[in-house]
Amino acid sequence: MKTVFEPTVGMLPVDTSYCPGCTHGIAHRLIMEVLEEKGELGNTMGVVPIGCSINAHNFMNIDMCESTHGRAPAIASGIRRIHPDRIVFTYQGDGDLASIGAGEIIHAAHRGEKFTTFFINNGIYGMTGGQMAPTTLIGARTTTCVDGRTVEQAGLPLRMCEIISQIDCAVFVERVVLNNPANVRKAKAVIRKAIEIQKAGLGFTFVEILSSCPTNWGLTPVDSLKYVSEDVMDYYPVKNFKTPEGF
Amino acid sequence: MSKVLMMGNEAFAEAAIRAGCNCYFGYPITPQNEVPEYMSHELHKAGGSFIQAESELAAVNMAYGAAAAGGRVFISTSSPGFALMQEGLGFICSCEVPIVAMNVSRGGPGVGGIQPGQADYFQVTRGGYNGDVKIPVFAPANIQESVDLIYEAFDIAEKYRNPVVIFADGMLGQMMEPVEFPPAKPIKGSDEISKDVPWAITGTDHHEGRNVVFSLRLQPDVLENHVLHMFEKYAEAEKELVRYKNINVEDAEIVFVAFGTMARICVEACELLEEKGVKAGVIRPISLWPFPNAAFDAITDKTKIVISTELSMGQMIEDVRTAVAGRWPVSLISRTGGIVPTSIEVMERALKALEEVK
Repeated sequence: MKTVFEPTVGMLPVDTSYCPGCTHGIAHRLIMEVLEEKGELGNTMGVVPIGCSINAHNFMNIDMCESTHGRAPAIASGIRRIHPDRIVFTYQGDGDLASIGAGEIIHAAHRGEKFTTFFINNGIYGMTGGQMAPTTLIGARTTTCVDGRTVEQAGLPLRMCEIISQIDCAVFVERVVLNNPANVRKAKAVIRKAIEIQKAGLGFTFVEILSSCPTNWGLTPVDSLKYVSEDVMDYYPVKNFKTPEGF
Repeated sequence: MSKVLMMGNEAFAEAAIRAGCNCYFGYPITPQNEVPEYMSHELHKAGGSFIQAESELAAVNMAYGAAAAGGRVFISTSSPGFALMQEGLGFICSCEVPIVAMNVSRGGPGVGGIQPGQADYFQVTRGGYNGDVKIPVFAPANIQESVDLIYEAFDIAEKYRNPVVIFADGMLGQMMEPVEFPPAKPIKGSDEISKDVPWAITGTDHHEGRNVVFSLRLQPDVLENHVLHMFEKYAEAEKELVRYKNINVEDAEIVFVAFGTMARICVEACELLEEKGVKAGVIRPISLWPFPNAAFDAITDKTKIVISTELSMGQMIEDVRTAVAGRWPVSLISRTGGIVPTSIEVMERALKALEEVK
């Protein structure tokens, strides 16, 4: 019988701790599939943040370290100095990257650090039970804005790709979404490109992955994907912001 | 190698380079700026890397990353910057990663001033870390001793897989003294590190099994066992790392306890007291944690008073009282805010303190 699909050896054969309908699992798998296809699994070091995905090192079958909250880009900068010819990535949520770690991500991009950041944007703090993030949409209800986020109280959501792409040494910036199989395939191609550009040593590479959090959004998995497709993608356009020549 | 005349801060940096330091990460703060400045133009010549970090928070986390990847890492800062590094240092202890961190301390609190201070004693020995954490702290009193301690600190950090702190007041950073450097160890490259540091994250192709450096332990029994494991290391450190120097303690009426710059002033004050017919000695703790309680066993019945002499409002005095354990009266001579007392002032205040207990 012909094998048509095999799980990547980049993922350990265990159940993840993520909720039903959460797209962390898909994002993990795509990154690990790309690294396996590139033959880089054993040559890669990943940094995982405070947030639901701090558990990623229990699922991704590579060398990893945990990060203090928001500091993964500084940590990855340090790792890269020791192993300049290997692959390094950070995997960070929106509370981690866009709030407490806003300084570190800007300056890693500013220095043109040769690692890749995968930015999982689901517009909420998942691990701590659904508080407002800098990326929470206006009107969205969270446990720290129970009547819905307002501009007056919390300003407008931060668009990180738009900010990062203004920094010259960030050479590849793209936003992808995991709302349907076609877009999952497109996301994988973007992840592959980011790793290839890192490997070429051209500068900082940044992939934002629009994700879902049914548990804390109070929606079913299906309705969550509908919310992503309509409201989230409306505020956060899925597109390439920057690609170096030749890629 | 012959002696060279060198500024403290530059000598600290050179000592780290000689120790085979792969990476230095720093942020400008007075009075330690010459450390990052020296590293910026010298470390790469030896094969290492320098980053001027965007903050002390970033610097300590860069250090964690580089050390988790198996590198030898040095960071330095001054008091308010050390406060910013505390979160990282506690996390690094929990992750069992070795780094060497230097605090060239100044007067506090808050932004404070930029003249020498020792009011970071609590900060370096107790720390602002959450959780049960110990960090070995060494306080040199001259530039040669600083160089030797920094050079050795990397081996201690690696043995215990824990940060080690070198605590020098701003006077030591800014002064010049002749110093002889130990031989330079080669700075290891990526492949050599991958072979030599079996627990580090280097990529699974480069070592046996899979390495994960982590702190989070959600199950209380697992976390308690981890802390107990750390405290087994700390118990060994308490036996192995005690360092001190006793000067004329045995027949002294007055015993000063002082570290760093303050210890040098106390040695001078002893000479002045001798001229006045009063015998005085000095206990100079070099390791502040573990605190050298054993040094106090050398004090005899001839001693009338033990004086903790500090560039702070009296922080080490708590450890001094514990070490003295009620055997002699304990008093304090302190200046703070960046003021360094003269040996005459110390001598006069010591005579007054002696008078009060007689």
